[in-house]
Amino acid sequence: MRITQGTFSYLPDLTDVEIKAQIQYCLDHEWPISIEYTDDPHPRNVYWDMFGLPMFDIKDPAAIMQTLAECKATFPNHYIRVNGFDRSHGRATTALQFIVNRPAYEPGFYVDRQEVSDRQIRYTIRSYAVDRPVGHRYEEK
Amino acid sequence: MAAASNDADKGRWASGVTPYAEMGYYDADYQPKDTDILSAFRMVPQEGVDPIEAAAAIAGESSTATWTVGWTDRLTAHEHYQAKAYRVDPVPGTDQYIAYIAYDLDLFEEGSIANLTSSIIGNVFGFKALKSLRLEDMRIPPIYAKTFQGPAHGIVLEREFLNKYGRPLLGATTKPKLGLSARNYGRVVYEALRGGLDFVKDDENINSQVFMRWRDRFLYCMEAVNKAAAVTGEIKGHYLNITAGTMEEMYERAEFAKELGSVIVMIDLTIGYTAIQSMAKWCRKNSVILHLHRAGHSTYTRQKTHGVSFRVISKWMRLAGVDHIHAGTVVGKLEGDPNSVQGFYATLRENKLPANPVQGLYFEQDWASMPGVMPVASGGIHAGQLHQLLHLLGEDCVMQFGGGTIGHPDGIAEGATANRVAVEAMIQARNEGRDYLNEGPEILARAAKWSPSLAHALEIWKDITFNFESTDMPDVVATPSV
Repeated sequence: MRITQGTFSYLPDLTDVEIKAQIQYCLDHEWPISIEYTDDPHPRNVYWDMFGLPMFDIKDPAAIMQTLAECKATFPNHYIRVNGFDRSHGRATTALQFIVNRPAYEPGFYVDRQEVSDRQIRYTIRSYAVDRPVGHRYEEK
Repeated sequence: MAAASNDADKGRWASGVTPYAEMGYYDADYQPKDTDILSAFRMVPQEGVDPIEAAAAIAGESSTATWTVGWTDRLTAHEHYQAKAYRVDPVPGTDQYIAYIAYDLDLFEEGSIANLTSSIIGNVFGFKALKSLRLEDMRIPPIYAKTFQGPAHGIVLEREFLNKYGRPLLGATTKPKLGLSARNYGRVVYEALRGGLDFVKDDENINSQVFMRWRDRFLYCMEAVNKAAAVTGEIKGHYLNITAGTMEEMYERAEFAKELGSVIVMIDLTIGYTAIQSMAKWCRKNSVILHLHRAGHSTYTRQKTHGVSFRVISKWMRLAGVDHIHAGTVVGKLEGDPNSVQGFYATLRENKLPANPVQGLYFEQDWASMPGVMPVASGGIHAGQLHQLLHLLGEDCVMQFGGGTIGHPDGIAEGATANRVAVEAMIQARNEGRDYLNEGPEILARAAKWSPSLAHALEIWKDITFNFESTDMPDVVATPSV
């Protein structure tokens, strides 16, 4: 399967040139960039790990691409996403977020159904990968 | 203060009928206070009725007056409670006038749309001295706005809750509107969500009919929602319509939706303002997003000379506390002049708006940081219009492609994928600085080369447009530039 979180997951994987263009768009709007990674991409896993602090003062997309390259080199089999953050009054939220790296093989999720009364079912979405420890979830077998 | 406010003036208090203007309901020198509620009415007086007297009559009948003088007014600070028409402008080339009326805040109960509307539109629309009357706009002062809860969550929190940023959200209404069994209905929901939509929606008249009772629908739809979340790794939702005959039944349905884990419930405008406010409070308390379908609104919003403009309904619904509201598509099958619709969207989303005659906004409006409402574009739109939709409506909205998803020749999931690919390709192009409005068809065609779903959608709906003259357009026309 292909996890389709983020703004561009229905497009072919973005090239570096395309990633840089989106970063430039964020910087043009004064949205600082941050890079996050995880091996637990559950749809409700809010807090992916931060690859350093948000780059509040870096206005050069080439420097950000360099940091992204370091993140990819460190975590080649993790999900990595780029965020542009809008701190403006009334927003204070992510303005753009897209996945730029994903494991070679994505096992995805399954629905765990607990049958209760009155035909009701309690649903839990479980990841096939997270029964292995952090850092070993998407290793090549 | 008002010209006729002096109690010593015997003429003002003589029994019988005195013109409203002379009773203090018209005051050309009145300077509206920052705390006043202001209204702009479009009126057509009967032949021979002085427009100033007509405006004063509207002010009178929507505040303290009745048709004849009553001595009991003299037991009150009547000049304070009287609404005041302070400006009357003819609309060039028509028999219409715009009457501006100021209301003191004391006239209204805090946090009650029912009370506000019972005053402002309570009696005056049937007034014999007027041929027609339309409430065009209102200025809600921040001090009054702050007495309302406002949107249960608002645009920012909804996006964070759903983990979806930087693009319009995508939805679809299940079709056919009526007649599907709950089990088959859930199939449509599952297919559309797994294909790439964020939301699927009940139609406004899907409540609890003989072919599909509400509880069965909720159970099958939540199976679909959860399964689609697992196959995509995204949070998904279905607007479960909890509209019912009584508040008690609506609460019961809302509680069940919450228990099943639905992120969103839906109500229809037909349930009434007070019921809407109650559900908004319930949704804030229970962390469930509230979608409002504007069922019935065209009976009073569409005609330019009589009724209530949708920009006013937009303001009332932001105060009442909904998170979503259908607000027009411009290019789809339903009424919507581009400038007016952009005015509705701005009213719902922005924090501070200047007056903008081109968009039909008569007053400035300061929402005092009240969260924005997500406008929903629904009705006769498809992937091939994405560049126009994004240009007209922006990214903070839900674009709903019902027929444009379910009618796809390869299936519902492929229809959903076509829409999602079109949105993401257009956002990418926009962010890259391309002239996406003019290059839109090329951008879509390029994406269609690797997306057969989009290619087939573009092929089947390439020539579908709904070009009819709008009935509701602002008086002021912008110099054409596009």
